[in-house]
Amino acid sequence: MELYELTIHEAHELLRKREISSREITESVLDRIDAVEDRVGAYITVTKDQALAHADAADESIKNGDCTPLTGVPLSIKDIICTKGIPTTCASKILKGFIPPYDSTVVQRLKTVNAVIVGKTNLDEFGMGSSTENSAIKTTRNPWDLERIPGGSSGGSAATVASDMCIGSLGTDTGGSIRQPSSHCGVVGLKPTYGRVSRFGLVAFASSLDQIGPIAKDVTDAALLLNVISGHDPNDSTSVQREVPDYTKALVSGLKGVTVGIPTGYDREGVDPDVMGAFQKAVQVIEGLGATCREIILPHNDYSVAVYYLIAPAEASSNLARYDGVKYGFREDSSEDLLKMYSSTRSTGFGPEVQRRIILGTYALSAGYYDAYYGKASQVRTLITEDYKKAFEICDVILTPAAPTPAFRLGEKIEDPLTMYLSDIFTLSANLAGIPGVSVPCGFSQAGLPIGLQILASHFNEAKFLKVAYCFEQATEHHIQKPQFHNS
Amino acid sequence: MKITKEEIAHVAKLARLSLDEDSIALFTKQVGDILAYMDKLNHLNTEGVPPTSHAILIANAFREDEMRPSISNEAALSNAPAKEDGVFVVPKVL
Repeated sequence: MELYELTIHEAHELLRKREISSREITESVLDRIDAVEDRVGAYITVTKDQALAHADAADESIKNGDCTPLTGVPLSIKDIICTKGIPTTCASKILKGFIPPYDSTVVQRLKTVNAVIVGKTNLDEFGMGSSTENSAIKTTRNPWDLERIPGGSSGGSAATVASDMCIGSLGTDTGGSIRQPSSHCGVVGLKPTYGRVSRFGLVAFASSLDQIGPIAKDVTDAALLLNVISGHDPNDSTSVQREVPDYTKALVSGLKGVTVGIPTGYDREGVDPDVMGAFQKAVQVIEGLGATCREIILPHNDYSVAVYYLIAPAEASSNLARYDGVKYGFREDSSEDLLKMYSSTRSTGFGPEVQRRIILGTYALSAGYYDAYYGKASQVRTLITEDYKKAFEICDVILTPAAPTPAFRLGEKIEDPLTMYLSDIFTLSANLAGIPGVSVPCGFSQAGLPIGLQILASHFNEAKFLKVAYCFEQATEHHIQKPQFHNS
Repeated sequence: MKITKEEIAHVAKLARLSLDEDSIALFTKQVGDILAYMDKLNHLNTEGVPPTSHAILIANAFREDEMRPSISNEAALSNAPAKEDGVFVVPKVL
């Protein structure tokens, strides 16, 4: 076994016993990047020298007896999370050359425990997309089939985990951007409760929906990452003052007494039969472990795509007003007129999907249409949230597929934005309601593509789905499979 | 309600985007399709339903108004496309 194949908890055991050094595992990961990155294209920036310096600092810390679970462990970070002194592009031309003068809170927390940051991963521009094809920088390919998308928007992070180009990663999830690519790449991806993790230093897309979370090789690793990144931050007034439990305590066997809810109508048209089959088998496994299954009704779930694609673009149109060619990044410099400079900078700097969402969001907020679109969507958002509240009165967690199909082909949906939006059907409502969710590998399609099981819990009850995810993982072997990098 | 090219052009102007004719035509079609899909929201009666602006219950987060360290003027300007004497430089406004 190569060191780059280790999970976080396996690496930690070896580092703690000083059987390996952080430098050794970091060099192994960097060699792995050299070997496969050409084919996958998951990194925007590889920070080799800084990673080795971090590794040496970690080894020094371990020598002094200080070895926390992430100390010395090589991680990748989605390139929408600010890293001091390392370019942060959001995969957008408009942030060309931007080097953050400060670290995001999550990166500060990783540095405090001497984790090793090996690089910044590709994404859909500003997190807007479901395939990572909206990156202005490069194409990322699914390690399981290089002709297919890795999912998105955290496609780069999920691909680095799946291809062992890091030991774990941080992504962000505004409408499924951690869970859906994790599902497509056969890894574990966890979106925490809104407010659980500080958004300070996360470049804003839709502020009432965005959340940072772990992408990992197994459930234990996701819990270990969540332990470190969670907690209140005075720099993010939407992060909550609430104690952070040790999430690894939830990882115990047996699901007796746990009630899982299965929404009626999840098997609507458009769900791939392989996905349906894997999902139904997963439900049987979970029942077999002692859980009780019951049907639940989420009457307004069908409206979540419509609600999300009004609220997220509305917030984006406001958040992205800051890119004006003045404070950072790219400026189209041909004009002597301020307003023309703004609009030519923005039209040249933003890609088509970002411009489409700015237009849609500006329209939904504009005079005469506000009530009909943004206002209406915000009301239906309340109904979606209430549906979940009622459902969680009678069940502990809710199970659905993470995505209606396995990874689709590069280029398949890029010309048709609405079809692309509809592929987010299972993940969007958790962001609208602010509840946490996780995707865990639950099988493969006939073509050998990974399929993910989504498990949702009520606000701040990540521990509940971690237990179910952990027991499911212990009972199955899907998460151990590795891609062989074949073209279809 | 069908969105027109003129409306797209108007919204683009509000959003400080300069779109060429082809982009206006494409966005008119695509945004029109998306908004037609959104029409399903109008089948729901939402009278009296309060809007959600925030996903979790959180009241105003207050703190003492005290001086804290922040990034330096130099760091704040370090990414500016144009700067001079400690300030951002923009094209003439007047």
